Amino acid sequence: MEYIIEMCNIRKEFPGIVANDDITLRLKKGEIHALLGENGAGKSTLMSVLFGLYQQEKGIIKKNGETVNIKNPNDANRLGIGMVHQHFKLVHNFTVLENIILGAETVEGGRLKTSEASERVQRLSERYGLKVDINALISDIGVGMQQRVEILKMLYRENEILIFDEPTAVLTPQEIDELMKIMKELVSEGKTILFITHKLNEIKDVADRCTILRKGKHIDTVEVADTTKEEMSEMMVGRKVDLMINKGEAKTGDVIARVQHLNVRNHLSQKLVVNDVTFEVRAGEIVCLAGIDGNGQSELVYALTGLIQPESGKIEMKGQDITKTSIRERNNAGLGHIPEDRHKHGLVLDYNLAYNLVLQRYFTKDFQENGFLKYDKIYEYADELIEKFDIRSGRGAKTPVRSMSGGNQQKAIVAREIDRDPDFLIAVQPTRGLDVGAIEYIHKTLVEERDEGRGILLVSLELDEVMNLSDRILVIYEGEIVAELDPEKVTIQDLGLYMAGSKRGEH
Amino acid sequence: MSTVYFLVQQTMFFSIPLLIVALGGMFSERSGIVNIALEGIMITGAFAGIIFINVFQGALPGQPILLLGIIVAALSGMLISLTHAYASVNMNANQVISGTAINMFAPAFAIYVARMLRTVQQIPFVNQFRIRSVPVLGEIPILGNLLFQNTYLTTYLGFIILAVSWFVLYNTRFGLRLRACGEHPQAADSVGINVYKIRYAGVLISGALAGIGGLVFVVPTSTNFNATVSGYGFLALAVLIFGQWKPSRILVAAFFFGLMKTIAAAYSGIPFLVELGMPSDFYKMTPYVATLVVLAFTSKKSQAPRAAGIPYDKASR
Repeated sequence: MEYIIEMCNIRKEFPGIVANDDITLRLKKGEIHALLGENGAGKSTLMSVLFGLYQQEKGIIKKNGETVNIKNPNDANRLGIGMVHQHFKLVHNFTVLENIILGAETVEGGRLKTSEASERVQRLSERYGLKVDINALISDIGVGMQQRVEILKMLYRENEILIFDEPTAVLTPQEIDELMKIMKELVSEGKTILFITHKLNEIKDVADRCTILRKGKHIDTVEVADTTKEEMSEMMVGRKVDLMINKGEAKTGDVIARVQHLNVRNHLSQKLVVNDVTFEVRAGEIVCLAGIDGNGQSELVYALTGLIQPESGKIEMKGQDITKTSIRERNNAGLGHIPEDRHKHGLVLDYNLAYNLVLQRYFTKDFQENGFLKYDKIYEYADELIEKFDIRSGRGAKTPVRSMSGGNQQKAIVAREIDRDPDFLIAVQPTRGLDVGAIEYIHKTLVEERDEGRGILLVSLELDEVMNLSDRILVIYEGEIVAELDPEKVTIQDLGLYMAGSKRGEH
Repeated sequence: MSTVYFLVQQTMFFSIPLLIVALGGMFSERSGIVNIALEGIMITGAFAGIIFINVFQGALPGQPILLLGIIVAALSGMLISLTHAYASVNMNANQVISGTAINMFAPAFAIYVARMLRTVQQIPFVNQFRIRSVPVLGEIPILGNLLFQNTYLTTYLGFIILAVSWFVLYNTRFGLRLRACGEHPQAADSVGINVYKIRYAGVLISGALAGIGGLVFVVPTSTNFNATVSGYGFLALAVLIFGQWKPSRILVAAFFFGLMKTIAAAYSGIPFLVELGMPSDFYKMTPYVATLVVLAFTSKKSQAPRAAGIPYDKASR
């Protein structure tokens, strides 16, 4: 069998962990090959080795049967390997064309020559159906087009092996469909695609073969057509996983939180990012705020939690006006917040776990007396939470939070917020960046809290999460709530259309 | 009319060094390295250049010696900026601290060496560099009076540096890569650009220009060098910010601040201002008050290069 790229027995270590342990990955020419694995399974490390960002300690890489040495991205480029990174590598104040030619510029008499490049990009964009405006600035175009720019960057360099690192994470369902079409088109033109993901549906849709990694080890390489999603997820996680969430009917009670005509202005751009938003959350229900990233969700949550002041409007909690109160007052009144950015707003990374667990309570009589902290009480309480929520760390309550894994950091926040018995819990992308096991845990906890009679506002970008977890869906688009939907009655495709702003509902 | 000529000619003396040094700062910051060491580099450049002039004056006629002095100033500026580049690029040091260190070191070094050589810290030189009138061009009515009389070679050098900087930044491969490194070094790295090399280049260019700027500042405004450039390096930073890291706006900003400086230094030669009868302190204050006011209003929508000041770490994504 002829392989275009072979990575044989790759081993890559970082201080303390083996990220890749004897991994073998073989790509056939003209296939779409999926690389499946949880966070931390070693997918990105393996790709960084192939792309020349890291050097492997052991193992060899072959192209068309010949051993090659890839020391930097230039070497990879020369071998025809290109990569669309998960976080796009685009310069925001450059034009599309400048970003495409950057690093592969043509020069005439010391002067940049862009006319030929622009013609070539136009031709490529027509040939593969990659619509872009080559003179637009990156900061003015959406993520969908930014991704097309990244693809054009690879095609411009005549790469034949294209790596896509979790390309669908930022896209709407419609954009995902379009991307899948483009990927098939590229393969039919003779390109080879390596597709990194942890979404099984997408693998089923486009991939020919799939290599599964777990904890840095190669588990198997399978034909996608002959393997079920359940089998693949079991190989990925190492045990049977329940992909569905079991939850009963919501028993809703009184209104816990009421938001009326809320307007929030971004202090930098002076744009109205939350526009006349009105909704309420009742006890015992999970209301999901669905939307594509950057449509005002973050600012809405900041206003609710007190991180920024809204321009106008009213926020009530349990009938009390909290619009102008401080963050501490809101917390004490029964607001819980699992923030979007756990490093920025959730934890003090260089404090230990115990201190992080009492961040909102250290000043209460339980934990201080006359201005002095009661250490024994703090550690006692921390140990209790660690036990109850199964937070794992190297040195228990004394572990610096920075050294803990993302999943356990998130568990620490969840533990802290839930143990304060909030009536109104705001959870923003609570499963972002977590692996399947941790996601399962967080989902289960949120449903339990709902059943305990708390009102939960869940902000999520993951459509599956929205559909499975919520009792009601509010769709936010450009700062406005454009639809209120029943997850039982709406399809994922329709939800996508609402999120993309091409459809509006009654609200 | 002669007051206007005087004002324009004086403004040149103050604006051109600001322009050159701010353009230097632009190259450094656009590559992603904050360079608050401009002041220290200016002192170093001025010191080396003036020493050179002091020693070789008399051996050569005025203009060649000035040109050679400029080269010496540029080289010494590059040399000291190398320490900044090494600390910021190789050692991932805090760029503000490294810059501050140079600012503290340079005047002390200049005084120390001057005293070693001549027992006093002032280094005198004879101003034989003034061009009374440029042949032919100086004869043009009005324009000749404004731009080509009572001037220095360095004025034209400043405009040449401006034109070249603009061309390099926007029309060359190096310029495109430099700007990419200042905004998104990871993006530059992923397309095979050596971020470290580009940043070294940016800092070295800023060193050369700030060094030249130091000498260009001292020559028309003084007859000896006293280990100081009177905060001009910091003023150049203000020009850079007010100029939004763009050559054309830096030009405007440099002339704005240059005019303020001229008012402060030469108000006694402007009949209108003398007649106002304001205390002299008021005029001397203007450049600094203007800096405060202008920066307070413009820094809010400032478009600093996004990666400026952040050490580049290959592993972060």
